[in-house]
Amino acid sequence: MKQTLITLVEDKPGVLNRVASLFRRRNFNIESLSVGKSETPGVSRMTIVANEPDSHKRGNLYFNLLKLVNVIAVKDVSSLPCISRETILVKMTIGPEQLNDLNDVIKKFGARIVDMGSESTIVEAMDEESVINKMIEAFQPFEITEIMRTGKIAMRKGKTHNISSNNINAQLDDLSWTPDHITAYQN
Amino acid sequence: MNQTQKILTGAEIIWESLVQEGVEVVFGYPGGTILPTYDALNQYRDKVHHVLVRHEQGATHMADGYARSSGKVGVAIGTSGPGATNMITGMATAILDSSPIVCITGQVPSNVIGSDAFQEVDITGAAIPVTKHSYLVTDIKDLASTIREAFFVARTGRPGPVLVDIPKDIQNESTEFVYSTDPINLPGYHLPKETNESHLQEFADMVNAAEKPVILAGHGVLLSRACKEVMDIAEKASIPIATTLLGIGGVPESHPLVLGMMGMHGESWVNHAIQDADLLIACGMRFDDRVTGTLKTYSPNSKKIHIDIDASEINKNVLVDLAVHADLGTVLRKVYPRIELSKKVDWLQTINSWHKDSQSRDIINVKSERLIGAQVIREIWKGTNGKALIVSDVGQHQMLEAQYYQHDEPRTLLTSGGLGTMGFSLPAAIGASFHEKDREIWVIVGDGSIQMMLMELATAMQENANINIAIINNGYLGMVRQWQELFYDARYAETPISSPDYVKLAEAYSISAYRVNTLENIIPTMKKAQNEKGPSLIEFIVEEHGMVFPMVPAGVGLHEMIQRPYPENGQTNTQEETVS
Repeated sequence: MKQTLITLVEDKPGVLNRVASLFRRRNFNIESLSVGKSETPGVSRMTIVANEPDSHKRGNLYFNLLKLVNVIAVKDVSSLPCISRETILVKMTIGPEQLNDLNDVIKKFGARIVDMGSESTIVEAMDEESVINKMIEAFQPFEITEIMRTGKIAMRKGKTHNISSNNINAQLDDLSWTPDHITAYQN
Repeated sequence: MNQTQKILTGAEIIWESLVQEGVEVVFGYPGGTILPTYDALNQYRDKVHHVLVRHEQGATHMADGYARSSGKVGVAIGTSGPGATNMITGMATAILDSSPIVCITGQVPSNVIGSDAFQEVDITGAAIPVTKHSYLVTDIKDLASTIREAFFVARTGRPGPVLVDIPKDIQNESTEFVYSTDPINLPGYHLPKETNESHLQEFADMVNAAEKPVILAGHGVLLSRACKEVMDIAEKASIPIATTLLGIGGVPESHPLVLGMMGMHGESWVNHAIQDADLLIACGMRFDDRVTGTLKTYSPNSKKIHIDIDASEINKNVLVDLAVHADLGTVLRKVYPRIELSKKVDWLQTINSWHKDSQSRDIINVKSERLIGAQVIREIWKGTNGKALIVSDVGQHQMLEAQYYQHDEPRTLLTSGGLGTMGFSLPAAIGASFHEKDREIWVIVGDGSIQMMLMELATAMQENANINIAIINNGYLGMVRQWQELFYDARYAETPISSPDYVKLAEAYSISAYRVNTLENIIPTMKKAQNEKGPSLIEFIVEEHGMVFPMVPAGVGLHEMIQRPYPENGQTNTQEETVS
């Protein structure tokens, strides 16, 4: 099972380097990492997708992330209700005889053509990762020349966990290491 | 704190901040990008003693040795580029052994960062995997607060090394100096919260229900200053204690409940106790592969409690039944009243019977033409009344020291455990000598290890450091030779190693030196060295093919150790030795 972690980090130079370095150093497999500014100045929000099958290594990854001084909070949302999205750009070479077929696929997946020229066509889509994967399958009859994916971003459903200092503590309570927590990672 | 406005250069701010942190000694080496800071040092000579080292790695080990013996933060200073990269091994040593040091490096001027300027290295980036945190100061206004934060991060929680990289132009600029006393604002730095009640009760219930418990005491016992708390619980419930290499000294080794060091070269009764236990109480240790053997058969029938201040250590190697993320001393104090008095006569007798079997094999009892490493260590123990600060290096002598020098006081053994950094001992002892001014200090080092940081003999001479260097010379990289002998059919590849004439070498440094070949000469020669003020050196010529047993080979269980052979001449003198 893939592990999705939403991480709040201080927006300081080198933070991405520290997170990436952690994955390398601890030998965790990273699937994707996307980062951008959050609603709070000075704080960025990351969605990290890790592919670590070993259950207690997953717990270990979580606490190693939290140990980084610039990492303010981490939430493992792998089994929580979330909206998750990924954006993709696909460049293809389309013959005139394939246009109808392409339009069918695009309609089916809610994608759209954002550039069309004599040499190439660029299609854009945003959806859950699994849908994006199916869409790429559906594009196989066409000649795909480039794929660019953003990696997954995720957001928990329900109330917002603000990142004022009080709420950080509340989140930490949520994260504290309890036997229940261990069980969660042993599933 | 001085409230009047004070305009200082960046270089002065560095020294002023160190003074504010209570730093009295720093270990460093000047160079191009740290020149402004060294220029400003002249104004601070009365407050800070600067030790000129001979290699920046030595500076980090000195800071580390100072930190381990004092419990305070050690400081190392170097220049950019090679000066900074030379510090990496020292930082790695410090992070694996949780030792608080702050490394300050000069950096090329801000406007040429990234241009491959002369002596430029991205040390802030390079240090990421070997530090708790690293900083590049980009604005002089952040300089004092960054140094303050660095000390805070280094000494709190699980201690560790922190690097502060300061470009030359920032050392030259000026600003108002304010050393804040406000709480540190680090939203991402999480120290453990209160341990919840139900955990404390579960902890106590598990201890009270156990018939064959063992406490595993690690470096955390020392770092948390929980020596008394561990002994209190052990005595109340009659729980035997096994220590890790770095846990040695945290509990008095002469105490009947203290079994000794566990793991790869732990005594057989210690490892058997762990394998046979029904409860392990892991206190500030991290189940390193050198203490567990293969995890498949590690203490198979025990429940496990793990108390650690670093949550990422819990369930890393060994899955536990109760995880307590907390400061060790605090938790043990709270658990103590809930622990029931208990005698555990059977369990302690069982361990004692294993103990007796092992003693009859003790290498100390072997009569040999040549000196044996273990005997040298035992004589040093006697000759120092068991009260010296020992700084051991890495290899056979390190394990023999752990086996044959009985430490009864905290912070009397400094050694590179996690990283196993050869060359650590000499500089670490020099560093420790700035804290332990009245205690006798002995470096116990092999002929391989001493040659990795020989240049620091000059620092020992220059500082007249009151250290005694005992080189255990067997002409081999002994531990590697032991592995080649056991696991590579004695094909010795590059393990025989030649040495200079250490006595002549020491003389070249004006260090008095002696050579010892016989058992009878050890104590009398030690006396000569002990009477020297300042450094002295003794070379002990020992049996070349000595082995360190017991040994748990890689990949097998703790109980599957290779025992010491019974002495060939049938000598089985099992008399308990005591220090004279």
